[in-house]
Amino acid sequence: MTRRDQSSGTIMPQSGPDRRSVLMGTVSSAAAPVIARAAQTEARRVAPSTSSGKPVDIALTINDRAHNVAVDIRTSLLDLLRERLGLTGTKKGCDHGQCGACTVLIDGRRVLSCLTLAVTAQGRNVTTIEGVANDGELHPMQQAFIDYDAFQCGYCTPGQIMSAIGCVNEGHAENDADIREYMSGNLCRCAAYPNIVDAVKQARAQMKTASTQ
Amino acid sequence: MRTFLYQRAREPNEAAQLAAAANPPSARSRNKVEYLAGGTTLTDLMKLDVAQPDVIIDINPLTETGHGRIELSQRGLRLGALVRMAEAADHPGVKSQYPVVAQSLSQAASQQLRNMASLGGNVLQRTRCTYFRDVSYSECNKRNPGSGCAALTGFNRPHAVLGGSDQCIATYPGDFAQALIALEAAVEIAGRSGSRTILFANLHRKPGDTPDQETSLRPGEIITSFLIPAAPWTRRSLYLKVRDRQSYEFALASAAVALDQQDGIVRTARIALGGLATVPWRAVEAEAFLRGKSVNEQNAAAAASAAFVGAKGHGYNDFKIELGKRTLIRALQQAAALEL
Repeated sequence: MTRRDQSSGTIMPQSGPDRRSVLMGTVSSAAAPVIARAAQTEARRVAPSTSSGKPVDIALTINDRAHNVAVDIRTSLLDLLRERLGLTGTKKGCDHGQCGACTVLIDGRRVLSCLTLAVTAQGRNVTTIEGVANDGELHPMQQAFIDYDAFQCGYCTPGQIMSAIGCVNEGHAENDADIREYMSGNLCRCAAYPNIVDAVKQARAQMKTASTQ
Repeated sequence: MRTFLYQRAREPNEAAQLAAAANPPSARSRNKVEYLAGGTTLTDLMKLDVAQPDVIIDINPLTETGHGRIELSQRGLRLGALVRMAEAADHPGVKSQYPVVAQSLSQAASQQLRNMASLGGNVLQRTRCTYFRDVSYSECNKRNPGSGCAALTGFNRPHAVLGGSDQCIATYPGDFAQALIALEAAVEIAGRSGSRTILFANLHRKPGDTPDQETSLRPGEIITSFLIPAAPWTRRSLYLKVRDRQSYEFALASAAVALDQQDGIVRTARIALGGLATVPWRAVEAEAFLRGKSVNEQNAAAAASAAFVGAKGHGYNDFKIELGKRTLIRALQQAAALEL
């Protein structure tokens, strides 16, 4: 669970119950780390699981924490994050790979969690919006979105930020035209696009500086 | 989504073996088997209940084998079927020596989808025809053979003007396939009893009377790689895509063009059209017309006319015939003017 600290804008771990968990009542305790990274790497090489109707065990790392969960074979990575692990920062927009709201990083590459079956993330490293801040300090891309007012309603924002981090890391954010082209998979119905481009440029410079230090 | 049996292939031979095992000769009914790579088409269509596989064989572990490699040599370009679209689009050798290939990939989908989608899956992506994707429409010969085609008399603005039949006019939606067919690529296919190689042009089937049969792949067969022969025309090549918005959209009309010119005269032209036809579409008449001529405005227009001699509009998509011609004219002129 995470919440945004109203005074500082920092994303903080949350200890008490929030609205969602009270309403749902069934959010699992699966956020607890279960197995070590080494054991999980091994799991990736082990025999495939087969299932028809029965839940299947999967092991994966999310935001540097190992998770071991049993899922219905049909579960998308998006639904695993949101409905099972309570990581609701990743948003469900279209659920068909058309809007980008569900963008996360798998092994550092930005992908759509709505079109990723959770079982295929077995042994992978998943990074969501909850995992990009560092000890309470916002990621440069998060800070840039605030600095440039790069959103209105905010629903697409976690996906925009994850996509933008991927975009900079790929080297596809070198000029405005490239940023527009390579961020086109993230729709913003509030049309904050010009501010998003500005935010990506600010964060790009900071991310480059950080990576050379 | 309906449930399914999930299996993972870890060795190159295992995929076809698992597929064969899903349908033993003794079985009374056939299981529908699908290979899963990026899942950007399959997962989407399963959510829509258009795809209803009984067995899914996850081939992603094979990405770490030769199926995930790009090999560039004097003979040509070999692209493993599990190379992701983004990898091929960003590959420096592909960009410089086979620009039409890189451009067809980078202008398709979004970067998230390109990071996921495999090249093998990309050429097999299903049509975006609304009547196919929405199961609440009862008429669709592709989804439900014999039920009719709602697009013929319905809203058919995105539909095909080339290669259709009175059973189906669904557009083949891909871009990469146009580069492959223009460059006379071959496809390596693995099956239970070994592998075979066919021309990419023979992979897709026009709808005819059987729109549900889209490819010449036999049950359980899997694409393992694409082979693009080296040729004098691959460097002078490009992909021009015209669409309703500038990025992240399927083509209304597109052209893959490759030219071998000497002193301004075309020795060989290779041309394919996208967004306009029911299958990847090579415009051989336009290629033949340009041989021995220069690509001036008049010749480009005549070549484009030749490419659309058999075109047929269905009302809302009538504009695509003119749009397709103009797209090809512009692509030819841009390719001819490239400074190499």
